[in-house]
Amino acid sequence: MEFRSPEFKTRAVHALHDANLQKALSNTKAGFVVKRAQAAAEMPEFEALRDTAAEIKNHVLANLDHYLEKYEAAVTAAGGHVHYATDAEDARRIILGICKKANAKRITKGKSMVSEEMGLNEALIADGYEVVETDLGEYIIQLADEPPSHIIAPAIHKTKDQVADLFAAAHNKPRKTDRAELVAEAREVLREKYFTAEVGITGGNFLVAETGSSVIVTNEGNGDLTQTLAKVHIVTSGIERVIPTLDDLSVFLRILARSATGQETESYTTFSTGPRREGDIDGPEEYHVVLLDNGRSKMLGSRFQDMLRCIRCGACMNHCPVYGSIGGHAYGWVYPGPMGSVLTPLIKGMDGTYDLPNACTLNGRCKSVCPVRIPLPDLLREIRHNQFRQDMTPKRQKQALKLWRYVAERPKLYHFAERIGVRILASMANGKGKLRSLPFDPGWTGARDLPAPTGRTFLELWQAKRGDK
Amino acid sequence: MSSRDSIFKAIRQGLGRGPLDDAARSQLDARIANPPQHIRATVDDADLITRFAQRFESRSGTTERIASLADVPAAVAALAESYAIAPSAVVGTALGELSWPDGWQIDHGAATIDVMLGVSLAWRGIAETGSILMLSGPDCPITHNFVPETHVVVLPVEHIVRHYEDCWVALRERGQGAPRAMNFISGPSRTGDVEQTIELGAHGPRRMHVLILG
Repeated sequence: MEFRSPEFKTRAVHALHDANLQKALSNTKAGFVVKRAQAAAEMPEFEALRDTAAEIKNHVLANLDHYLEKYEAAVTAAGGHVHYATDAEDARRIILGICKKANAKRITKGKSMVSEEMGLNEALIADGYEVVETDLGEYIIQLADEPPSHIIAPAIHKTKDQVADLFAAAHNKPRKTDRAELVAEAREVLREKYFTAEVGITGGNFLVAETGSSVIVTNEGNGDLTQTLAKVHIVTSGIERVIPTLDDLSVFLRILARSATGQETESYTTFSTGPRREGDIDGPEEYHVVLLDNGRSKMLGSRFQDMLRCIRCGACMNHCPVYGSIGGHAYGWVYPGPMGSVLTPLIKGMDGTYDLPNACTLNGRCKSVCPVRIPLPDLLREIRHNQFRQDMTPKRQKQALKLWRYVAERPKLYHFAERIGVRILASMANGKGKLRSLPFDPGWTGARDLPAPTGRTFLELWQAKRGDK
Repeated sequence: MSSRDSIFKAIRQGLGRGPLDDAARSQLDARIANPPQHIRATVDDADLITRFAQRFESRSGTTERIASLADVPAAVAALAESYAIAPSAVVGTALGELSWPDGWQIDHGAATIDVMLGVSLAWRGIAETGSILMLSGPDCPITHNFVPETHVVVLPVEHIVRHYEDCWVALRERGQGAPRAMNFISGPSRTGDVEQTIELGAHGPRRMHVLILG
């Protein structure tokens, strides 16, 4: 996947002026945010479950090598194969090898953010395979030739009319405008793909060490058809996704859907364990799991270890005012929003990712809804610290802060400057009480007025009231 | 060094230790053998059958009570008629020999692309969320759960349990590990990918009907 995080600022400005995107984003609040709040409120155990989930993840991370070994042994015992990939290139090489051996021509894919991290689609297509995304959202953006803009709702930035245009162009059928008709048309087109693909690739939300199962959680059932009807099933997941037992899994099943979509449960929670068994009349003949490191092992033991608890529910971005204003594409890589602003600099490096952790107001809503209690604002602040230590902070910003510090450390000078400031602003407002535009920052007043001071500072008013003067 | 070795090395380096010693390993293995029990959702309903049905129906599934296994064909036929589905179905052999009305075509093989109706036996029903649990096997082919447009599931009342965790106890007692596929199914297939508005029948069944048996 193309890395466009360095263009964050221009892409963010573009997003703010994209009427279709703004219309699509306005649906998010009423959708995910309200529904999550309801789901959490209806479940008295929800907060305790979040604590338990974080504890389980911490326990796994402290013993990750052991649980990976256990998981691998269980997959192997069930007749499957576990492959380890240090980075995206390694993962692509492994998967291309499996597809070649399977004599594949057509490959169906369920939603997998890890496969986006691998840049898998581009590599498969370059090698001559037909790749079909089967999650409706992923299918829509594949037709539009765009990357996902949300980790659980990849086409959240598309309006119904845009989907109608894409389908009409791709399917050679009359343009539909009814939502149900659009869904039915995709169903019909994709059905044939499931039945004719040689390889099916899905993600893995959880990997259960006890049974050697990979688990996906979906609403559409596309992942199930993808992995059931192809001869070869390949699971792509991260090394940190292993959990010890089915009982541990139950905790996550109770918080994942509620945090993601506000549902008590999604329609399908699917466990895959090895290939079809003796006597089975359906299911894949081969089962492979490709576990990606790609910088994850480096986070262990670092200040960013907590990030490895992430279960990719998307709640942080749903509740982020910055994400809500600019959508996911502005972030320029696989993972947008708060979790992405932590992960992208850690995986892709500090170069070109400067703006991501700074595009944050530190309001803390992401932390307050994270089901595994990742302290996202703290981690974002930590990355800012690292940027400062590495001397990446822009010169003007540093100079401005230095100047502010010089003044702030000298109370008399500070109050003097303040008195001048409020008087200038008051005279600019000309008694109207507000400023329609600021000379040095017209952007701030682009969509709102700045309340203007009346001409005296708070300290002056206070002292006058107390009669000190 | 293989990718596997370098990843394990990096993990241990990050954690600031070498491989775990035998004592630590056996402690972790014991945690898997005797899984700690965590907090669950409160399900204090005395009547788990009603709870199951209510929850399942809250996600656009439908349910119906039947008295005996012999009632399955008539219930399926009535459903097929009401939705104008042709009298043809894939049926898992886990349901045993059923006597189907005249004119019905019954197939026990894998579901092919043109199959419109599947009938399966649920391994468990979970009252907590109103979900069914299907285990794949020769007598319960997984394609029956996902390919047909309409899926009818027979759920004997004695298969209804309170929590997910009750399924794990039963699965461990069964003693064969996990089958190729285990599916919690909680209603018809759905998508919210077009403007976050729910539409049923994205890829899996458009309709799900549970025959609660007993």
